[in-house]
Amino acid sequence: MKIRIRFAKLGRVRWTSHRDVARMWERALRRARLPLAYTEGFSPRPKLSFGLALPTGCESSAEYLDVALSEMVEPADLTATFSSLLPDGVDVLAAQVLPAGMGSLQEEVTSCRWEIDVPQLGPDALTEAIARVLGAETLSVTRERKGRPVTDDMRPSVLALSSAGPLGTGSGLVAELGTRPRGVRPSELAQVMGVELGRARRTNQWIERDGSRWEPLATPAADAAVWERAS
Amino acid sequence: MTSLWPRIEPLLAHVTKPARYIGGELGAVTPEHGPGRVAWLLLYPDTYEIGLPNQGLQILYEILNERADAVAERSYAPWTDMEAAMRAAEVPLFSVETSRPAADFDILAFNLSAELTYTNVLNLVDLAGVAVRSSGRSATDPLVIAGGHCAFNPEPMADFVDAFVLGDGEEAVGDITDVVSRWQSQRAAGDDAATREALLSALANISGVYVPWAYEPSYGKDGRLSAVSARAGIPEKVEKRTITDLGAWPYPKKQLVPLIEVVHDRLNVEVFRGCTRGCRFCQAGMITRPVRERPAAQVERMVRDGLDRTGYDEVTLTSLSSADFSGIEDTVSSIINDPECSGQVSVSLPSLRVDAFTVGLAAEIQKVRRTGLTFAPEGGTWRMRQVINKLIREEDLYSAVDSAFSQGWRRVKLYFLIGLPTETDEDVLGIAALAKSCVEIGRRYHPNVTVTASVGGFVPKAHTPFQWFGQNTMEELRRKVNLLKDTVRGVRGLTLRWHDPQATAVEGLVSRGDRRMGAVIESVWRAGGTFQEWSEHFDLALWSEALEASGLTFHESVYRHRDEQEVLPWDHVSAGLHRDFLWQDWQEALAEHGLEDCRWTPCYDCGACTGLGVEHVVASSVAPAGGSQGTGQDLDSGGMVPVRFLATPKAVLAGAAAEAAR
Ligand code: SF4
Repeated sequence: MKIRIRFAKLGRVRWTSHRDVARMWERALRRARLPLAYTEGFSPRPKLSFGLALPTGCESSAEYLDVALSEMVEPADLTATFSSLLPDGVDVLAAQVLPAGMGSLQEEVTSCRWEIDVPQLGPDALTEAIARVLGAETLSVTRERKGRPVTDDMRPSVLALSSAGPLGTGSGLVAELGTRPRGVRPSELAQVMGVELGRARRTNQWIERDGSRWEPLATPAADAAVWERAS
Repeated sequence: MTSLWPRIEPLLAHVTKPARYIGGELGAVTPEHGPGRVAWLLLYPDTYEIGLPNQGLQILYEILNERADAVAERSYAPWTDMEAAMRAAEVPLFSVETSRPAADFDILAFNLSAELTYTNVLNLVDLAGVAVRSSGRSATDPLVIAGGHCAFNPEPMADFVDAFVLGDGEEAVGDITDVVSRWQSQRAAGDDAATREALLSALANISGVYVPWAYEPSYGKDGRLSAVSARAGIPEKVEKRTITDLGAWPYPKKQLVPLIEVVHDRLNVEVFRGCTRGCRFCQAGMITRPVRERPAAQVERMVRDGLDRTGYDEVTLTSLSSADFSGIEDTVSSIINDPECSGQVSVSLPSLRVDAFTVGLAAEIQKVRRTGLTFAPEGGTWRMRQVINKLIREEDLYSAVDSAFSQGWRRVKLYFLIGLPTETDEDVLGIAALAKSCVEIGRRYHPNVTVTASVGGFVPKAHTPFQWFGQNTMEELRRKVNLLKDTVRGVRGLTLRWHDPQATAVEGLVSRGDRRMGAVIESVWRAGGTFQEWSEHFDLALWSEALEASGLTFHESVYRHRDEQEVLPWDHVSAGLHRDFLWQDWQEALAEHGLEDCRWTPCYDCGACTGLGVEHVVASSVAPAGGSQGTGQDLDSGGMVPVRFLATPKAVLAGAAAEAAR
């Protein structure tokens, strides 16, 4: 059986990498003494699968982890168990037994919602920048892949942009970025918008199919509390 | 309150591995600073990934934080990108726990484990905003302290470090805290006598603490060191500190678990300290005598609690030669058969002894993950190994390797040294011959085995029988490496790796230098020579230029043999070893005589036990099974070894009885 866990990554711990988070989870799961299912072979590892990698430096209240177990456990107990086993800033928001036959997070998630601080741009200038980006036919970005520069068009993945109004000396940006043909990072969005990126928080991952959309695992009103703690 | 975090965080988006600077490890504390509490900043002068696992530092971190009158935080060398960002933003060095400026601490305490990190020490002191030279610091500046193996030749760092701790730090840090705390209250009360000098001289009177300010070197007409004299009221010779009972110090109790990947990223439990194998090139073995074992029951408890607490699935039993731990088999099997661990825990022993017994043990404990095995024969021929007292016969190596390949390992790594005393080309070529034979043995079991021969250049170290030996020149080491390269070229399955002979020469420069080497270290640092341990940053030209400017040469400082009468820069600090024992052992080496392990044979009176009034603490009077390295000896030859046996606690006996009854 599998359980799906939704967790947050907030505060200082945002400076760790996706891989680091995977290792934190492996240790926490062992400490929790859950009946983990292991891979076969010379180097057995617990069967964990994380969704889309969260870029180092970004925060999130919508990270997911699927864990394969060899025996049934009560997911309701997990939230409390894990909060003491995980580093400050990594908090379990919800956990649920995964119905059989569900696709993997990587396959299913189609877009992510981001809240991004743009410290050096007032709301008007931001609105202008948004209009420019949404009006563009193509948005080509160059990134490094396997040591080589690759240029591609990220316009198809920019699904929606809006201003969240003034924020300190700058303003807030809300972005919905698609994962197909590839996931776009907030830093790439900042690059095409020509702005300096402040804090970026992933608030939702969405699965969209046949005209409706839902989250891999919704939080029972946990968001508000989490955000309060983070700010 | 004085957190620099708001100024640090904006820098993190632009540096590699930003999590090096955020702390947050499991086991880290956020201590409360305040009057009446001596604040220690423990520093490791290399990157976070290398420094964090350092056991010495973690032990002192806990011991200090347990005290009511001390607090301790940690810091590491920021990588070059972060350093540049910090300097540009005028952010000083800070602690990882509370982002507190380093200069706000009372003591900056460095761990010195490698000579090539010395320029980083200067850089960190400078980044803290503190004067690099001790002479430039005032009573309001932090004290700069250093400990670790390199402290046994403190002279090259004597201009920069206010006080060195020689030997075990567990008790010494408490004594230092007491002295500093007393001095601080005096100052707070407005006592004019509480000067920097008064503090230094009080520190110099703590056993095991060496304060360079209190010792003055003088030089003869030939330009060589002629004497080092102590100020009035200061001991002429500083003896190292030794804790007699490792069982009384079950640290770390809360090993730090970092958020990012570091070296030795697993649980580490120290099973004994000290080693009497007597390898003559090995400074660690010489300066940590005698052997002090941790009671097996405590080891098992520390492993169980540690795995439970950390979530690690791997534990290393650390020491200089863990297969020598009395009852190692029982200890290991009790760990891997612990029902709580459900077979998912793997145990590793660093530096395997070269024999089939040890491989059998390794096979038992590495059921889970069987990667590579490493052996260290160190010398290519039996003659060479007698000189260095690493008494491994060829048969031992072959049977160990055979046993490894036959039990499923595919990769074997062999460690060797070149540039050893009396070494001939035949000895060097012996390395290739041994490695080739190991490949052949492996082929009997599998067509694709690999053997890696890793070759380091030998650097003579203080307080070893080889301290008088003139190190091979870099050209000579280069020639020997080439000789090996030519011989193994095209041998399938055999890989040769070697250490850069230039770095070896510089290591030699610093490891046996006298106080004048400080100027060289400072010039290299001023010219930007940090992270010299890292091949991409190491720069021989910086060292050569600095050396020339100081009027010193590689020949005089590194390549020259010393004679018995010569005053050595570290003669006024003692690791407990008699100088004439070391000289005698040096002569034995030249005569190609091996010396057996004194744990199980009569004492050679090296001074470590007798002089310090301590003794070996072992649980067994019998040498471990297998292995000829000092163990194929006649054990009936007398019982003059100073040995104390560990008592088996009653509870353990009762437990064993209950177990047997079940
Ligand atoms: S004093 Fe004797 S028993 Fe102790 S370490 Fe030295 S030689 Fe060995």
